[in-house]
Amino acid sequence: MIRSEILKDIAPILRDQLVVCNIGLPSQELHMIDDQPTNFYMLGTMGLSSSIGLGLALAQDKTVISIDGDGSVLTNLGTLPTIANNVADNYILLIIDNGSYGSTGDQPTYAGKKTKLEAVAAACGCENVVTCQDVDTGKVLQEAIDSKKMTIIVSKCDSGNIKLPVITMDPVVIRDRFMKAVEA
Amino acid sequence: MSIDSKIVDDFVANGVEFVTTVPCKQLAGVIDEVETRPEIFHIPSNKEDEGMGLCAGAFMGGKRPAIIMQNTAIGVTINTLATLIQYYRMPLPMLISYRGELREPVACQVEMAVHTKALLAQMNIPTYHFHTQADAEELDNILKYTFMCNKPVAILTDANFWGGYGDQ
Ligand SMILES: Cc1ncc(C[n+]2csc(CCOP(=O)(O)OP(=O)(O)O)c2C)c(N)n1
Ligand SMILES: [Mg+2]
Repeated sequence: MIRSEILKDIAPILRDQLVVCNIGLPSQELHMIDDQPTNFYMLGTMGLSSSIGLGLALAQDKTVISIDGDGSVLTNLGTLPTIANNVADNYILLIIDNGSYGSTGDQPTYAGKKTKLEAVAAACGCENVVTCQDVDTGKVLQEAIDSKKMTIIVSKCDSGNIKLPVITMDPVVIRDRFMKAVEA
Repeated sequence: MSIDSKIVDDFVANGVEFVTTVPCKQLAGVIDEVETRPEIFHIPSNKEDEGMGLCAGAFMGGKRPAIIMQNTAIGVTINTLATLIQYYRMPLPMLISYRGELREPVACQVEMAVHTKALLAQMNIPTYHFHTQADAEELDNILKYTFMCNKPVAILTDANFWGGYGDQ
């Protein structure tokens, strides 16, 4: 499976949760598949999906899912110790690990080579790190939500992208509608 | 009252409940003070752009954030300031130690000091410079202004403000 197929698969689960979605194609895909006020689309700032999601989870009680990419986690590796040491049991970090910088044309990342992000997360002190295959992402994600334990999921999938439009929604509109959904 | 507790009192009085920090020698006292306050959740970050991501999330979760960092971090946060904090219009008070100014003993610090105000000006970030401790009287108003306009705002605090570096 490629990232867009995973997102299609898990959209019914994401629908009821607060989601912070990574820059580029992941946000464009989620926006096309199932646009929700509970989705915060990143239009820039590669690397900070996990940080934004953690800040949000620490600030309020609803479950927060950060959808991140392997390349973006690599660019902000400092996030993993911060997550490990500031446990928020309403926080799930879902790393879609396609082993490439998908949004920029599938250039390989080190996560697709020798580096195992699940091992990095564990070494940083993250306690519930689950590695799964693309097809099992929905099941693992639902279990993580139900467990009410902070969980890092590394979902291994294929590289590959579909053609789709950019998000033209104004960032302040995205943010405002998201904050209203957080408060609701 | 120490300047550290005055600063943190102003944070608390303005409803700041979520503070991320990356240390600077000059900020040690204020960071210690943040850590002691039950009203504030203190979350050290590993890099200042990461910290700004945490602050953005906390703000959307209903908590007023702040970041405490060194001016050298302007160099690693420009993209985050432009594409996250400013683009989505979020408030962010930035209490910044202004290294490389008068009474600085470390020459390398001057190299970012000479760019600090120019970068902040280029970013259209409202910038205040505390040179003496009396300047901190404005902090309360600066915090109110930040949360009124939903912008990042820089408070540069130089070595003179912090009382120099002792006998170096
Ligand atoms: C600072 C910075 N460098 C590079 C980019 C270009 N860029 C945007 S998305 C992306 C790839 C992200 O890869 P990954 O996190 O693995 O997500 P994927 O698209 O593979 O799901 C890159 C390199 C950027 N937006 N910002
Ligand atoms: Mg990738």
